[in-house]
Amino acid sequence: MYSEKVMEHFMHPRNVGQLENASGVGEVGNPTCGDIMHIEIIVADNKIEDIKFKTFGCAAAIATSSMVTEMVKGKSLEEAQKITNRAVAEALDGLPPIKMHCSNLAADALQSAIKDYLGKSS
Amino acid sequence: MKLVYMDHSATTPVDQEVFNTIKPYYTDVFYNPSSAYSPAQKVRKAVEKAREQVALLINALPEEIIFTSGGTEADNQAIISYAITNMEKGRHIITSAIEHHAVLDSCKYLINNGFECTVIPVNSLGVVEPETLEKAIRPDTILISIMHGNNEIGSIQPIKELAEIARENQIAFHTDAVQTMGKIPLDVKALGINMLSGSSHKFYGPKGTGFLYLKKGTRIGRLLHGGSQERKHRAGTENVPGIVGLGKACELAGERLPEQVERLTKLGKRLTDGILTTIPNTRLTGHPVDRIPGSVSVCFEFVEGESILLMLDQLGIMASSGSACTSGSLDPSHVLLAIGLPAEIAHGSLRLTLGKDSTVEDVDYVLQVLPPIIERLRQMSPLVR
Repeated sequence: MYSEKVMEHFMHPRNVGQLENASGVGEVGNPTCGDIMHIEIIVADNKIEDIKFKTFGCAAAIATSSMVTEMVKGKSLEEAQKITNRAVAEALDGLPPIKMHCSNLAADALQSAIKDYLGKSS
Repeated sequence: MKLVYMDHSATTPVDQEVFNTIKPYYTDVFYNPSSAYSPAQKVRKAVEKAREQVALLINALPEEIIFTSGGTEADNQAIISYAITNMEKGRHIITSAIEHHAVLDSCKYLINNGFECTVIPVNSLGVVEPETLEKAIRPDTILISIMHGNNEIGSIQPIKELAEIARENQIAFHTDAVQTMGKIPLDVKALGINMLSGSSHKFYGPKGTGFLYLKKGTRIGRLLHGGSQERKHRAGTENVPGIVGLGKACELAGERLPEQVERLTKLGKRLTDGILTTIPNTRLTGHPVDRIPGSVSVCFEFVEGESILLMLDQLGIMASSGSACTSGSLDPSHVLLAIGLPAEIAHGSLRLTLGKDSTVEDVDYVLQVLPPIIERLRQMSPLVR
C-alpha cells in the first residue's frame, strides 16, 4: 500500500521533536479527522536553520512530516515557500489516493510556520 | 520473523480436519446434488449432513437452515427479504447503531424503497438496553435486527431479553451471530429468535459459505432467484465443498466449545490486563465481562491506529483498528462513535482477536513489543503536551 520511502520515513522519522526558541510555529489538521501536524522552525540569515515536527496521524501523516523537514532544512525561506503538499508526496514516491487529501498536509504546516515567523518579524 | 495472527474476528484459517473433509468434493465427488444419478445422491447426502451439523450447533431443526454465500448474504436476506415479504403488516424496522454494515446497509436499502428504520443507540459499554428497544417499537414495526456479539468491541447483547420484547409485540427478531457462532454457546430456541446469520470462515471453515437460520413458520422470500434449491429460499447450485466445510467446522466447534471458551477468556484477560497495566492513558472498549472470548479492544490516547498497526506489522503481529485510516473513510468506526468515544480517542483504537492456535507466548510477545510502540508514537504526537 505504501512506497518503500514512506515506510522508511515512517519507521525512521527525521527531525522529530520541538525547538527551544522557535522563530515560527505552524499547526494544521484536527483530532477529529485524525491528523495533526505541528512544525517548528528556527530562521537565521533568511534560512531555515533548524526544523522539528510532531505529528498525530497515520503512516502517511508521519512520513510526509518527516520528508518536509528534510526537504527544507538549510534552505532559504524563498525555496521553502515553494514546497507544496504534492511535492512532498512526490518526494516519497507517491501516496495512496485516499491519503492525498487527508494526510498530506505537512507542507501546509510548514507554510503556516513560515507565515508565523514572517508575521512576528515584520 | 515470528508471525503472530491476532485478527481472528477478520477471518480464521481453515482447520486441517475441515480441509481434509472438503477436498474430495472438489474433485472425485463433484456432482450436482440436484442430479438424478446415484453418485450425485452422495453429494446430496453430504449437503444434508452439513445441514444437520449446523442445526445441532445452534439447537435448530435441519430444515430451518438455509445455506448462503456468507454472513453478508444471510443478513441481506433476513432483513430485505423478510421486510418485502411481510410489508403488508407494516413498514418499520429497528436495528442498532453498532451493527455490521451488512445489516445497516440492508436497512438503508429498505429506507430507499419506502420503509422506515429506527437505529437505536447503545450504552457506553456497547450494549443495547431493553428499555431503549421497547421505546422504539411502533404499531407498524415488523422486524428487529440486533447483533449477537459486536465485531469491533466484543460486547455481547442481551438477545434473549430483546427477543422477548419482540415476541410480546409480535415482531420478528433477527440476530447477526457471525462473530459469536462457534465461539460461545448458541441456542436459537432458548434465545427465542426467528432468524440468525452465521458465517463459516469466522470459525475455521472455508470462506464464501454461511447460513441463515429461519424458524419454522417465519415467512421470508428469496434474495436470489432461479432454481428451487434450499427449499426455494435460495437459488443457485449449492457450494458443496463450502457447505460440507461449514458443517464440519460446526461439528468441531461444538466439540471444542467449552474448552475454547475457558482458554480464550483467560488468554484475552491476560492480554487486556497486561495492556491496561503497562500502558497509561488506555481504555478498554466494550463490555468488560460480557464479551466474545479472546476479543480484546482498546483505545490509546494521543496516537493513531494505522500507525500502531504498521509498527506491529513490522514485528510480525497482525491486528486491526477502527481508525479512519483503516476504515477507508474519513470517520473513525461507527461502533466506537456509537459508544460515545470522541473521534480523537476512537482514532487510537486497536483490536486484537485471539483464536484456537493463539498461545500464552503470542500474548506475551505482544505485551512485550506494544508498550514501546505506543511510547514511540506518543513521543511523536503533538497531543501529548
